[in-house]
Amino acid sequence: MSQTALSAHQLTSRKSRLSGDAIFAGAALVSGVFVLLLLGAIILSLFIGGWPAFHAFGLSFVTNVDWDPVQDVFGAAVSIYGTVLTSIIALVIAVPLAFGVAFYLTEVAPTWLRRPVGTAIELLAAVPSIIYGMWGFYVIVPLMSQTIQPAVIETFEGIPVLETLFAGPPFGTGLFTASLILAVMVLPFIAATMRDVFLTVPPVFKESAYGVGATTWEVMRSIVIPYTRISVVGGIMLGLGRALGETMAVTFVIGNTNRIATSLFGPGNTIASIVALEFPESPAGSLKLASLLALGFILFVISFIVLAISRVLLKPRTGG
Amino acid sequence: MNEATTSQAEPITGPTLETRPEIAATQAKIAIRNLDFFYGDNRALKSINLDFPERQVTGMIGPSGCGKSTLLRCLNRMYDLYPGQRATGEAMMEGINIVDPKVDLNALRSRIGMVFQKPTPFPMSIYDNIAFGVKLHEKLTKAQMDERVEWSLSRAALWDEVKDRLASPASGLSGGQQQRLCIARSIAVRPEVILFDEPTSALDPISTLKVEELIDELKQDFTIAIVTHNMQQAARCADRVAFFYLGEMVEVGTAAQMFTAPRELRTQQYITGRFS
Amino acid sequence: MSTTASAGLPSPNLRSSGPKRDPAVALALGRSRKRRDIIARWLCVGATTIGIALLASILATLLVRGLGGISLDVFTKVTLPPGSDGGLLNAIVGSLIQTAIGTAIGTPIGLMVGTYLSEYARGSHLGNAVRFVSDVLLSAPSILIGLFVYTVLVAPFGGFSGIAGCIALAVIVIPIVVRTTEDMLQLIPVALREAAVALGAPKWRSIVFVCYPAAREGILTGVLLAVARVAGETAPLLFTSLGNLNWSLSLAQPMASLPVTIYQYAGSAFDDWVRLAWAGALLITLGVLAINIIARVVLRQRS
Repeated sequence: MSQTALSAHQLTSRKSRLSGDAIFAGAALVSGVFVLLLLGAIILSLFIGGWPAFHAFGLSFVTNVDWDPVQDVFGAAVSIYGTVLTSIIALVIAVPLAFGVAFYLTEVAPTWLRRPVGTAIELLAAVPSIIYGMWGFYVIVPLMSQTIQPAVIETFEGIPVLETLFAGPPFGTGLFTASLILAVMVLPFIAATMRDVFLTVPPVFKESAYGVGATTWEVMRSIVIPYTRISVVGGIMLGLGRALGETMAVTFVIGNTNRIATSLFGPGNTIASIVALEFPESPAGSLKLASLLALGFILFVISFIVLAISRVLLKPRTGG
Repeated sequence: MNEATTSQAEPITGPTLETRPEIAATQAKIAIRNLDFFYGDNRALKSINLDFPERQVTGMIGPSGCGKSTLLRCLNRMYDLYPGQRATGEAMMEGINIVDPKVDLNALRSRIGMVFQKPTPFPMSIYDNIAFGVKLHEKLTKAQMDERVEWSLSRAALWDEVKDRLASPASGLSGGQQQRLCIARSIAVRPEVILFDEPTSALDPISTLKVEELIDELKQDFTIAIVTHNMQQAARCADRVAFFYLGEMVEVGTAAQMFTAPRELRTQQYITGRFS
Repeated sequence: MSTTASAGLPSPNLRSSGPKRDPAVALALGRSRKRRDIIARWLCVGATTIGIALLASILATLLVRGLGGISLDVFTKVTLPPGSDGGLLNAIVGSLIQTAIGTAIGTPIGLMVGTYLSEYARGSHLGNAVRFVSDVLLSAPSILIGLFVYTVLVAPFGGFSGIAGCIALAVIVIPIVVRTTEDMLQLIPVALREAAVALGAPKWRSIVFVCYPAAREGILTGVLLAVARVAGETAPLLFTSLGNLNWSLSLAQPMASLPVTIYQYAGSAFDDWVRLAWAGALLITLGVLAINIIARVVLRQRS
């Protein structure tokens, strides 16, 4: 093979390599941009779909408590109230439990138990939400209506505020039951995130605290929590983001009522549950369907803000 | 106080560190006899015998992985944090065997402080960093605590640099200042022994010099054990030096004797740089 | 105690450090601190026990109510009106088809996005934006993905269809695959990439033939987790493939799926439908959990 032939061959192969690189890099870039467009398309499609409702009701769509298909008047206030209330109660229940689980898995459990217990908690997150719905409907609802709610209603009878907050009748379904199911569903997400951020504390910091005679709990409270505070809040926000948009489990137990209940045991609706429940009765092109899409848009905005905050808070710890 | 009176009536199981006889200053503060240490099945320390004389600096030198840091971590039972690690034998401090599983670890660690390789400021203010350890073992009024904080920071030669910003986060200090803060934090608990694990390996030369001066000053009141990679540092700081190799304590002597006339060939080879 | 040892030494500072530590106070403090530590430990054991008990309760409920409904008919007969001994065949097949096609569409896109983030967009603003949006999509409510596909595919193009369901699931698959792909590619040592480049391999060859194989288990784990996630999804399918009580393999027609059928049956008043719903719930949960466990085993083999 002559010198010139060799270099000519090298040149051509070099050229084809360059174009291979260009194609691959181009495909990667297009895929990346596609994800951005996807998010834009989701927001835009929900907004355009919901436009007739925003146009017809204006800002009062958000504040109106009516949901009246007969009069064709729709408002988002009841379902926004239900969404926010159930999610917050769920967090109040889930966060202490999740903290306990994360504390157990990082500091207290014997090493051989950490992996199986951690896996079990993660599997809790993998159970499909419809299963939570059925479990809630067939196990938790009877438990609530027959045992827990009657007892609570009786206990708080005659005490102002609490009496109203936990008023009967004990149907079993309702806002509080939905919050309980949501708490179970977000527990594994928050616990897993907390565990992961607790593990990022350099061992030498913990050793320093043990070195002056601190107990495990004192190391947790004074070193690990202050060190990971921001990420822990990020993990809680991640759980909140999950709770806000959860659909199937809530749909089973919320009670599907479109008015604001003063009692936590009363029925209600969340944005996700009203969309799932009312959609089959909303013909294409109707104002009702537009209102459901408008609700979807509102839910997306709320979730986006919460998840964005969570992402920003978690970023320094998880590196992503 | 109520609890304390009732507790004295109860039978005390195991050695109690809080009730110790006073001892003569010349005696060994800690006497290690036939100490073995295991990482799982791996024997990392082999039958160590070594005395740490009271109010002297004992330096421990040797190549990486020779066991010198492991021995240090035996003395305040830091290995208890990790499963599969255990020590057997004796490390006697005033009638109490440190490696006895029944020893009260929190009380032990209040008597034996430790300073680590890298500065470890806790995520809180300078003041709270000092107060953290003190609060674990004593009930002090605000005035007493202020006094204690000033005292320990002064002893660590840091007071003048930080007295105007005690409430600001400790993470804002320079590396050298952070390490002196960690020393102050250890002193504040008023231990009897302080363990230094390569305390200057992450510091610049000027900060290193300050910490070395500090160690020299602190030995008036504390028994000190220091692990170091740096032989000049061992020569400068230590009264006695022990040489470790492959999990064994090869020899121990005064600093002068070890660096001028070592008895063992391995010591000589290490000191002259034949291996490291 | 140390003040005792230092008495008489020329250290005025030390003497000014207050009275010597009172052993009784230290002992009392130590006891109350230890008590608090033990209480905290028991509380966290309690919290973990509750977590495990919840999982056990869900699994026990599924087994007790679902096992009785499982029979050969479930796998061989299609869904039928109440009282006529139907099965779940069309729902099972529909779920398999939609999960498979959804994963097949979503995985290559997610793989390329993950590759872009890891290999081409380190530190770039566009890359950070893509990563941010992908992470938000990862946790975005799946019902909204369903509504989105409804407005862009179902409403304008003449109705509910299996393919719309597949696409909704694909949108859910993408961010899951993106996250694991990027994470796993990041774990590959720089030396390995440099070795490939030093041999004269162009960048795309070093990615495809060196990095992908090195990250194989991790990427596969991501795909498995995505499959497990979408196999149980109900909400996005309500607005896209809708469900179909008849036998249909056409992607242009509404298509049955296990989760949607369970949803319809579980809320019904007919005992045999409810029994089938529990059987289906048991099947899908066991399937999803099994895939999750397999994914973990695959990932562990790597390390």
